[in-house]
Amino acid sequence: MAEFLSFREGEAGQEPAVTVEAFTGQSNATAVRIEPGEEPRELLPYLDRLSVVEVNFPAYGDGRGYSAARILREAGYSGELRAVGDVLVDQIVAMRRCGFDSFRPNKPLDDAAVERALNRYSDVYQKAIDGRAPVWAKRHPEKING
Amino acid sequence: MYRYDSYDQSIVDARVEEFRDQVQRRLTGQLTEDQFKPLRLMNGLYLQLHAYMLRVAIPYGTLSGRQMRKLGEIARKYDRGYGHFTTRQNLQYNWIKLGDAPDILAELATVEMHAIQTSGNCIRNISSDQYAGVAADEVTDPRPWAELLRQWSSFHPEFTYLPRKFKIAVVASEDDRAAMRLHDIGLKLVVRDGAIGAEVYAGGGMGRTPMVAPLIRDFVAEDEIVSYLEACLRVYNRHGRRDNKYKARIKILVHEIGVDEYRRQVEEEFAHMRTLGLNPPVEELDRIRAFFAPPAYEAGLSKEIDRSDPGFALWVDRQVAAHKAPGYAIVNISLKPLTGIPGDASAEQIELVADLAERYSLDELRVTHAQNLVLPHVKIADLPAIWQALDEAGLAEANLDLITDIIACPGLDYCALANARSIPLAQKIAQRFAAAERQAELGELKLKISGCINACGHHHAGHIGILGVDRKGVENFQLLLGGSGAEDASLGQITGPGFSEDGVVDAIEKVTDIYLAQRSEGERFLDTYRRIGMKPFKEAIYG
Repeated sequence: MAEFLSFREGEAGQEPAVTVEAFTGQSNATAVRIEPGEEPRELLPYLDRLSVVEVNFPAYGDGRGYSAARILREAGYSGELRAVGDVLVDQIVAMRRCGFDSFRPNKPLDDAAVERALNRYSDVYQKAIDGRAPVWAKRHPEKING
Repeated sequence: MYRYDSYDQSIVDARVEEFRDQVQRRLTGQLTEDQFKPLRLMNGLYLQLHAYMLRVAIPYGTLSGRQMRKLGEIARKYDRGYGHFTTRQNLQYNWIKLGDAPDILAELATVEMHAIQTSGNCIRNISSDQYAGVAADEVTDPRPWAELLRQWSSFHPEFTYLPRKFKIAVVASEDDRAAMRLHDIGLKLVVRDGAIGAEVYAGGGMGRTPMVAPLIRDFVAEDEIVSYLEACLRVYNRHGRRDNKYKARIKILVHEIGVDEYRRQVEEEFAHMRTLGLNPPVEELDRIRAFFAPPAYEAGLSKEIDRSDPGFALWVDRQVAAHKAPGYAIVNISLKPLTGIPGDASAEQIELVADLAERYSLDELRVTHAQNLVLPHVKIADLPAIWQALDEAGLAEANLDLITDIIACPGLDYCALANARSIPLAQKIAQRFAAAERQAELGELKLKISGCINACGHHHAGHIGILGVDRKGVENFQLLLGGSGAEDASLGQITGPGFSEDGVVDAIEKVTDIYLAQRSEGERFLDTYRRIGMKPFKEAIYG
C-alpha cells in the first residue's frame, strides 16, 4: 500500500507547504498549498521559485483542484504538483492527465490497483497536460505533425 | 450514422472491464455501498425504490436497427420485458440486478453503445433535434457536432467532478425541437459569411429554479468550439456553488454573477484556452460529417397517399412530418397509448420498431425528448404498411403534440426522490381527453408532469404543466400554464393552490374550456394564454 506516490525523477520535496496567503506575503517559502476556493493564478508570478504545489481535495467530489492543476501547468509550472486529501484510485488517471505528478492520499492506495487504473485506457479523447496524443491526433497524424 | 473506429471501441470496451472490476469489488465486500455509489453513478446505475435502474446513453437520440434490437433483447433478458425512453433521449431499465450490469454493458458495447456519464456530476449525453438531417429548415445536420462533443466530453479529465450535472444540446433549425435553451449549454448552429458556427446559450435548466438560457456568444467558429466550451466549463467548475446542491447548476452561477460577468470571465479564459491546441483539426469534424452524409434517396417516388381508411388518414395527418427529400416522410411513433405509461415500450415493440427501421427507414431511428420515436427516412408509399404494423403492436396512437402526448417522469411508482405519482395521473388525463375529435379540437397542447420539484417531467416547459408535491403526507398537484421548451421558450406560471389527483384533471378541463371559448382564429392554447393572461383561467378554476 502506498502512502505517497511520485511519478517524478528524484526526491520529493520535503518542505512543509504554507497557505497561499502566507506564501504571497513572504519571500522564502518554496512549497505552497492551494485550497479548493483559492485562486491558483495568484501563484503565477512566483512559479520559478516554487518547488512543490500541493492541491488539497477535502472531498473527492470537489473537482476544483483539477482546474487549479491545469492552470498552473498551462502557465508553465514544471515543479512537483501534488494532490493531497481524499484522493482515490478512481481519480488517479484524471489527476495525472491534469498534470499532477505526486499523490499523498488520506488513505493509502493499493499499488496494483493504481497500476491497473493507469494502464486501463490506451486512448484518450482530449488534449490535456500529460502529453498523451488524443484520438483525433492519431486519426489525423498529417495535421498534427506537419 | 456514426460508426466506431478501433479507438472508440477500445475506450468503450475498457470501460466495461473497469466497471466489471468495480462491481466485483462491491459484490465481494471490498467496496462499501458508500464507496461504490460514485463509481456506479458515473456509469448510469442508480439504486431506486425497488431495484437498480440502468440508464443507457443514446447519443443525440440516433439509433440503428441493430442497436434498437439489442435494447429489446436486453429488456427481455435482464429486465421485466420493457424499457423506458426518457426526456433526454436515453433509455432506462428499471429492474436490473447489480451482478448483471457488467454483462449488459458488454452486450451494449457489441453494438457501439454504452452508459458512460448518463449520471453523476459530469457532462451528460449530448442531446439534439430528432429531425436532424431530414428537417427542411436546418442549416446543417447538428449531429456531427454532437458526436464531436460526445467524444470530447467522455472521461474529460478536468470536468468529471463538476458542482453538478451538465447537459448540452445542439440544434440547427429555427424550430427548436430539443428544448435547447433549457440546457446548461445550448448550441444553435448558424451560418455567418458562408461559415458554420454556433450561437452559445448558457445557464438554462429546469429543476427547482427554472431558467431560460441567455445568449452568451453569437458566434463560435467550428474549429474553436472545443476550446470555447472548455472555457465555459472551467469558469463553472471553479466558481459554481458547491455549498448547496440545489444551487450548484450553472444557471445559478450565471444568475448570481450576471450574464455579462459570466461572459467576461469566459472570454478571458477563452483567450487563453484557444492558444493551447485543444481543438481537433477541422478534418476530424469532416471525418465525422462523412458518417452523416445524406443517404442515397430514390428519385421519382410517388407522393400519393390513399386516404380511404379514416384511421390511417388521421394517423398520417398527426404523426407524419414533411421530409426534405421528395417522396419521403418522417414518421413519428407515439409511445403514449391512452392507457399506457408515457415513454415505455415492451421488448416486442422495441424489436418491431427495429425491424421497421431496417426495412423502411434506411436502418435509422430516433428518440425524441418528448419520449416518442421517429422513423426519419420513410417512403410515402410505405406509410400504409408501417401504419398497419404499428397498429397491430399498439403503437399507432395519433396524438403527437396533442393533450394526451404527455411527458411524465417515472414518479413515485419508481423514483426514490418523487413526492407524487406521475403515471396514474397521466393515465387519468389521457382517459378524460381520450376522444380523438376532442384532442384534435384542442390542437397543439403540450402537457408535462413532474412528480417532484426536480422537474424531470419538464413541467415548467409545458403549455400545461403539473407538479406533484407532498402536502402533509398527501399527494397534491400544482398546475402551471404558459411554459414552452421550443424556440419561443418560456416558463410556466403557477395558477394558485394545488389540487387532488381528480381535482387537477377537472381543473385542466376548465382551462381547456376557457381556451376553446376565447381563442382567436388559428391560435394554439399557448398563444391564447399569452394573449389573455392568467386571470380568466384562474377565475374559471377557482372562481
